[in-house]
Amino acid sequence: MVIEEAVNGRDDMLIDGQMADQVLPSGFNPNFLKLYYVKLFPYGDIFRWMSYGNDGKHPACDKSYFGRRELSFTLENDIYLRFLSFNSVSELEKGIREKCPFKIDIGPVYSVDPAKRHAYAQSGENVFKPVERELIFDIDITDYDDVRYCCSGADVCLDCWPLMTAAIKVINTALRDDFGFRHILWVYSGRRGVHCWVCDGKARRLTNEQRAAIADYFRVYKGSENSKKKVSLTGHALHPFLVRSYTEVLKDLFEQTLLSSQQIFSTEDKCEKVLEMIPDESVSAELRGRWQKRSSGSKDNINAVRWEHLKHTLQSGRHKGQGLRRCVEEIVFSFSYPRLDMEVSKHMNHLLKAPFCVHPKTGRVCVPIDPVHCHDFDPTTVPTLSQLLQELNSGGMGQEGDNDWDRTSLGESVRFFRSSFLEPLLKSCKEEMESAYNSKLQQSKNSMIW
Amino acid sequence: MEKLVAELWKANMRHPQASELMSKDIISHFVLRLVYCRTEDLRKWFLSMETALFRYRFRLQSAEAQRAVLAEFQLPYKAVTAAEFEAIKDKLTLVARSINQTLPAADSIFYEVPFQEVPELVAGRRVFLSDGYAYVAMNQVVSLVATRFRSLLSKALTLTNRKWMSTIREQEKDRLTPIVEALSTSYVGPDYSVGREFGEVSLKDIDNVAKNSFSLCMRHLFDKGVGLKLDDAVAFWKAEFSQKVGAERFDKEYAYSIRHNYGKEGKRVDYTPYSCQKIISLTPSVGDHHGCPYRHFR
Repeated sequence: MVIEEAVNGRDDMLIDGQMADQVLPSGFNPNFLKLYYVKLFPYGDIFRWMSYGNDGKHPACDKSYFGRRELSFTLENDIYLRFLSFNSVSELEKGIREKCPFKIDIGPVYSVDPAKRHAYAQSGENVFKPVERELIFDIDITDYDDVRYCCSGADVCLDCWPLMTAAIKVINTALRDDFGFRHILWVYSGRRGVHCWVCDGKARRLTNEQRAAIADYFRVYKGSENSKKKVSLTGHALHPFLVRSYTEVLKDLFEQTLLSSQQIFSTEDKCEKVLEMIPDESVSAELRGRWQKRSSGSKDNINAVRWEHLKHTLQSGRHKGQGLRRCVEEIVFSFSYPRLDMEVSKHMNHLLKAPFCVHPKTGRVCVPIDPVHCHDFDPTTVPTLSQLLQELNSGGMGQEGDNDWDRTSLGESVRFFRSSFLEPLLKSCKEEMESAYNSKLQQSKNSMIW
Repeated sequence: MEKLVAELWKANMRHPQASELMSKDIISHFVLRLVYCRTEDLRKWFLSMETALFRYRFRLQSAEAQRAVLAEFQLPYKAVTAAEFEAIKDKLTLVARSINQTLPAADSIFYEVPFQEVPELVAGRRVFLSDGYAYVAMNQVVSLVATRFRSLLSKALTLTNRKWMSTIREQEKDRLTPIVEALSTSYVGPDYSVGREFGEVSLKDIDNVAKNSFSLCMRHLFDKGVGLKLDDAVAFWKAEFSQKVGAERFDKEYAYSIRHNYGKEGKRVDYTPYSCQKIISLTPSVGDHHGCPYRHFR
């Protein structure tokens, strides 16, 4: 009943699609969001995910599990509500629909219900502390601003988005092949980056120290205002992880895409930026001289040509120096290697935006990204709030309780979320739960044998 | 330095009966625990020395024995088989080269460890990772085991100290206590920089005392502090060094610096012998015979 009223009450707004778009160019407004939370937000899927199998009927299920998960809401006027928790999917839905948060963040699973935290100590026996939390990563394209020339700040375009694609490939491969993780979800952040959720039990139980170690394993770029050279690859060889990243992803990204899309050698300033990364002054002087002499010539290939000059000079063996050994790779890494927000990954209590939220500045939905086909992902065509509601509207009413998202562009995302991520994850959780339970049973049986 | 340790071991720890040897080894360790548990400085010094000795002794063990130690310390490390090694050898080589370590050889031992167990190695990209396992080289394993050894010994020392303070010191006031208290001050260690002399020891005695109770570096380097007279010191050093270096060269090169240390030459400043910390921080180059023996063997 409530749903029908809400929809009817907004019919006049939706019928005239034009008028709806005029509210905000990005297609975001609080009323649309309210409707989104009524009709489209996939509560059931989020609940099942966050339950990790504990919402079932098996005797090993921990009924308190979902209720110990922290969520936070950011409301319309930047009011921030922390340590929220819900005990069931209906409570979750009720809470979100009531408050209509502009942003929903997911935190860790605590030792006790966060709502009851004040009854517990900070240290000693009866403690309030995080006990499980996904391993998470946050990659924001503004962290690459010193090496992308097409956009800056909050903008993102198809010329620089490939940096995100590369980041997904490099990190995803390492998470699977090096660390052995299986249940990995990549999500578009809604504007200018991507988030990663590693959900294996092994990942959720990692300590802060282990999370920091993984983040450091991934760290190559040590940016700061002062240093000219922010990537330093010492050693006589590269670690196999870096070799793989270079040969499988970064070399091609740099040579086939970035050189031209970012016009890396097209102006004197930009050339200088690269030359500064060469620790041998005689090499950079030689190249500088060569490039200055160049008259107008062919502008077409200038980036590729100059890159060849540079590589040839450094790899010719004419110049010998400690710092030159890996200089070519260092330059490529500087422009293309993933830049993670280390703080996000290192602490169990760090919150991260929930998938399927709507970004208030762009109106775009935070949809999952398929890491296998991430090169096909286009941030400029991600469904927006207004688009979805228009699709809903034009698709007819349908029945209450139906999967409304199925009648919209969101359907593809939800179906992908379920088939590629949620189902395999829950299957694995069930197996883990059953086997742990059975071995415990066996142990107690054994201890009872006299 | 490794040779030095081996020689001293041979000189002092040989006994026809293996069980006697083991007793001597164990008893001396526990005596030292008692002597060195009593202050923070003493404990720190002893932990460093004993951990270094442990490292050395661990490396000398057979693979079987090492595995036993790992099991005892509850470190879930499994040695990589020859076949497994072949499969990942090129990756292991890359890692070694990337961190400027010696390259793996056919007989190199590597351990397969869940990556969660070795966060520092993962963080520094000092290990090859595959499917959740880190492939840890022997010298890295030694570090991990030594760290575990150190922390266990540290806890034991704290307990020992507690017991000492609460009961033993009083109970043993006529028997062990005076010996224990004398032992740690009559050699050197941390009290050293104060430059006190606690009793004159003559050349003849030093070998005996060294054999029975001095730790390695002290046997070699701290004669000055125990009040050895200059000429005795020179004679002692000459005797020890001439085995390695040759008497003439000793006279030319080392005698001078011994005199210098005693303030008889050059600046005439009486340098107190370097404290362990200082020695440990010096890295001897190839021809040198100084430095902390525990710190610098390979």
